[in-house]
Amino acid sequence: MIAVAYVRWRRFLRRVMTRPRIDVPLAIGLLTLALAGLVTLYSASNGSLALVGGQAGRFVLGGALLLLISRIPPPVLRNWTPWLYVGSTALLILVVVLGEGRGADRWLNLGVMRFQPSELLKLTMPMMVAWYLHPRQLPPGWKDIVVVGVLIAIPAGLIAEQPDLGTALLVAAAGAFALFLSGMAWWRIGLLIGAVAGMIPVGWHFMHQYQRDRILTLLNPESDPLGNGWHIIQSQIAVGSGGIFGKGWQHSTQSRLDFLPEHTTDFIFAVFSEEFGLVGVAALIALYAFIIGRCLWIAMEARDTYSRLLAGAIGMSFFVYVFVNGGMVAGMLPVVGVPLPLISYGGTSAVSLLVSFGVLMSIHAHRKMHD
Amino acid sequence: MKIRRSIKDNRGESALFRRRALTGFVLILLGLSMLVGRFAFLQVMRHDEFVTRAQNNRVKPRALPPARGLIYDRNGVLLADNVPAFRLEVVPEQVPDMPAMLAQLGKIVPLGRDDLDAFRKLLTQSQRFESVPLKMHLTEDEIDRFAVNRWRFPGVDVVPYLIRRYPFGRLFSHVIGYVGRIDANDLQQLDPVRYKGTSHIGRSGLERSYEDVLHGTPGYELIEVNADGRTQRVLETHAPTPGKNLYLSIDVRLQKAAAAAFDGRPGAAVAIDPRNGQVLAMVSVPSFDPNLFVNGISQTDYSALTGDQDKPLYNRALRGVYPPGSTVKPLIGLGGLETGLRTPEDTVVSTGVFYIPGQQRGYRDDVRGGVGRVDLEQAIEMSVNTYFYKLSLDMGIDRFSAWMGKFGFGRPTGIDLMGESPGVLPSREWKAAHFKQPWYPGETVIAGIGQGYWAVTPVQLAHAIATFAGHGVAYAPRLVMATQAGMDAPLKPLPNPPGGPSLIRNPADWDVINKGMQMVIYGARGTGYGLAKGFPYLIAGKSGTAERFSRTTSAYNNDKNTAYLASRHRAWFVAYAPADHPQIAVAALLESGAWGASDAGPIVRRILDAWLAAHGGVIQGGERLPSSSASASGAASAGGPGKFPVSGSTGATP
Repeated sequence: MIAVAYVRWRRFLRRVMTRPRIDVPLAIGLLTLALAGLVTLYSASNGSLALVGGQAGRFVLGGALLLLISRIPPPVLRNWTPWLYVGSTALLILVVVLGEGRGADRWLNLGVMRFQPSELLKLTMPMMVAWYLHPRQLPPGWKDIVVVGVLIAIPAGLIAEQPDLGTALLVAAAGAFALFLSGMAWWRIGLLIGAVAGMIPVGWHFMHQYQRDRILTLLNPESDPLGNGWHIIQSQIAVGSGGIFGKGWQHSTQSRLDFLPEHTTDFIFAVFSEEFGLVGVAALIALYAFIIGRCLWIAMEARDTYSRLLAGAIGMSFFVYVFVNGGMVAGMLPVVGVPLPLISYGGTSAVSLLVSFGVLMSIHAHRKMHD
Repeated sequence: MKIRRSIKDNRGESALFRRRALTGFVLILLGLSMLVGRFAFLQVMRHDEFVTRAQNNRVKPRALPPARGLIYDRNGVLLADNVPAFRLEVVPEQVPDMPAMLAQLGKIVPLGRDDLDAFRKLLTQSQRFESVPLKMHLTEDEIDRFAVNRWRFPGVDVVPYLIRRYPFGRLFSHVIGYVGRIDANDLQQLDPVRYKGTSHIGRSGLERSYEDVLHGTPGYELIEVNADGRTQRVLETHAPTPGKNLYLSIDVRLQKAAAAAFDGRPGAAVAIDPRNGQVLAMVSVPSFDPNLFVNGISQTDYSALTGDQDKPLYNRALRGVYPPGSTVKPLIGLGGLETGLRTPEDTVVSTGVFYIPGQQRGYRDDVRGGVGRVDLEQAIEMSVNTYFYKLSLDMGIDRFSAWMGKFGFGRPTGIDLMGESPGVLPSREWKAAHFKQPWYPGETVIAGIGQGYWAVTPVQLAHAIATFAGHGVAYAPRLVMATQAGMDAPLKPLPNPPGGPSLIRNPADWDVINKGMQMVIYGARGTGYGLAKGFPYLIAGKSGTAERFSRTTSAYNNDKNTAYLASRHRAWFVAYAPADHPQIAVAALLESGAWGASDAGPIVRRILDAWLAAHGGVIQGGERLPSSSASASGAASAGGPGKFPVSGSTGATP
């Protein structure tokens, strides 16, 4: 028994240690994005090298994890999936019991670092859905849809309870994308969306007051210019005053003079827009589109259902981050704590995103394998 | 599992996935295009709007209040200065919990109830983002203690400012007045643009009447602020124009001498240059320290001032009204000459009592039994009531008040101070308006000795004497001689044209009265005999002792106790010098004086001495007397062995 385990471990290590087989276009896209992130962060933090250095360090850590995970073959990941899912969900329960955080209990203190278990679900959720659908007959029928629904609802519900509606929606979206990509019939999708829309008044009833305020403020930001409306107004002023070509790097007055709140984290896109203008925004969105497209390309090249669904769901989730953050900054969507991927300052987000891309790299590297 | 597996149609699934992924990607591109569209809308369509708002966010105009003009005396001695000080200011918008902040702050910098009341009043008047002064004039200790604790008080700052300082304190408080903090009531009346950033405004005296000149024009600077409202840098500065400096015609040495001469006794004195109306000294005793009012006077200090029975806040020179008594007799005599009712040689016999023909009521002379036959000059010298009883009766009240009105009685003199009392010049119309009663001849008689309804202010009387001394040319009294725009700028004299041609048609009439008034000083029976002892130039003067109360009997009063008399009388003395070329006219009043000449006279003399000293002992244009002489000059009259004092008037009112 021990001998067998040892041999398996040696075989695993050998696989991991062989030369990296990453997807070069995707890697270039991510690298460009990370560099753009550091440049923007330098300006948004008023030239704080400590901040930029810390973020660069996290990119290095995330990059290393990316390379490591890219060696793990998808079947291995698939085998681990249920445990990862159960494990991360258990951590969520733990957070509910003894978590700590700023107003919202989202963080778990690990002694060395504080860490947000809900971040894990962004990856383990699509993994779990892909794992469940992998052996099934596709497109899925109602029974499978209901099971997937339950798999999504449990962690999403726990996260929404924390309360962190933004992340809950992102996690749920990641699972839903896997379901969508599995070929779920359009009429079923339509029916489900209709049902969800019907639930909105009920959801409103269960929302926290601050969540309601954010949505109400979005509809009329000027009603509360010093409270909830402040973020939306100042962010739009930053974006709008940037114009077509922007004010130039390090010339964002909104950020430099602290009018823009959270200008290194959730609202860094506003700084970017103010400094680089519509041209910069279009270029950045194009870069994101390229990365998402490349993810979906890798998904289409994969040979097994698990890999396809997982890669596709990760790519599409990436879109949601960009869309939700961009929509928030531009005053289209309510203020939710969703960072702009690889641009916003913040460790957990950057590292967990790179880990997801590690999974993609692995799927790409093992696309020719059949299990 | 294996069975299910074989059922799975991998190829079909792959194709299905491909379709879904492509559909998904198209939807994603659609979503991202929407996003770019939204950014384009903000950055292109609404660009201008947001540029303006970003600008308004960060660039705030800040008013730069002008420095208040300084005030100097005629020789450039500084009378009102601006000195740097520090105050606490609060931006309400940045204070999360105002009552808690004030409570906490009060433990570090003591905040009086006056400070807090004023602050709350201002708070309701100002915008949330405007800085409101909380406590003025911080001590070094308070500044240090606040600096250490500053981080605990967002929105509270120590701000430098200029504070008004009156180096001579009480000496000029009734002339210059004082500035006070602008309060909520002022804000409703002031031009908000001109007074942006200004904390003080002239409250009384010249500070008030010359507010427009002293204030200046505010400038502004454009500052870049961060979201906390803290200044980052100054983008543009438009400097304020400081207020103009004022040069008073007052000489600080005369002012000091005048104030000291009262020795604390309530009264007032005004000295005017008859040639141009310039006020050389103006005091009202007792006085108060104007510096107390600058930062808002404390309740205790204020009660002390208002509770004082000598009323130090009361400007007697400008607002106090007193019967002029005998001081106006020379002007009445002049009226007799000018109207042709008298010649200088006409005489009247003083028997001690005067009767209106056909009436029983007697009007007394001051000396029992009278002084005999007197002409106009002697009547002035000895202040003979009977002469003036008869003269005024002959003139009649209408001609009488028309004549005296020309000297400015019964209306404000037009001095450059606010709140001047017009006094009362008795006339048929005035009585009809105030008492709805006809005029009685007896009232004309007592008007002839400056009693009855007649009431004048010291400024008014000084102005009238100056008008006479200036050969009948009236100038409105002026305290401010010149203005100066900036420290090194040339002085710009303020014009003060005469009020009209001379009131005196025949210059010889002036000479007669002038001579009579010199005899008051130099005549052996003159009421002011001896006052000019040792003074090298000719003085002309007139005493006045006005009754404070109506007499109830016509009996002579034999009580000569000084304190008793002082409680009944107002003591006046008016004079000008040099009598042959008048350059200063003085009126002094003691609210409680036994005799005009002996009590108010020395005050006038001390002012004249100071005036002479200020000129280095030499007066251009005046004829210098032989040093031995107080008895010199043609003014010495053949009078009996007059005893001093023979006092001014005693009046009788019906």
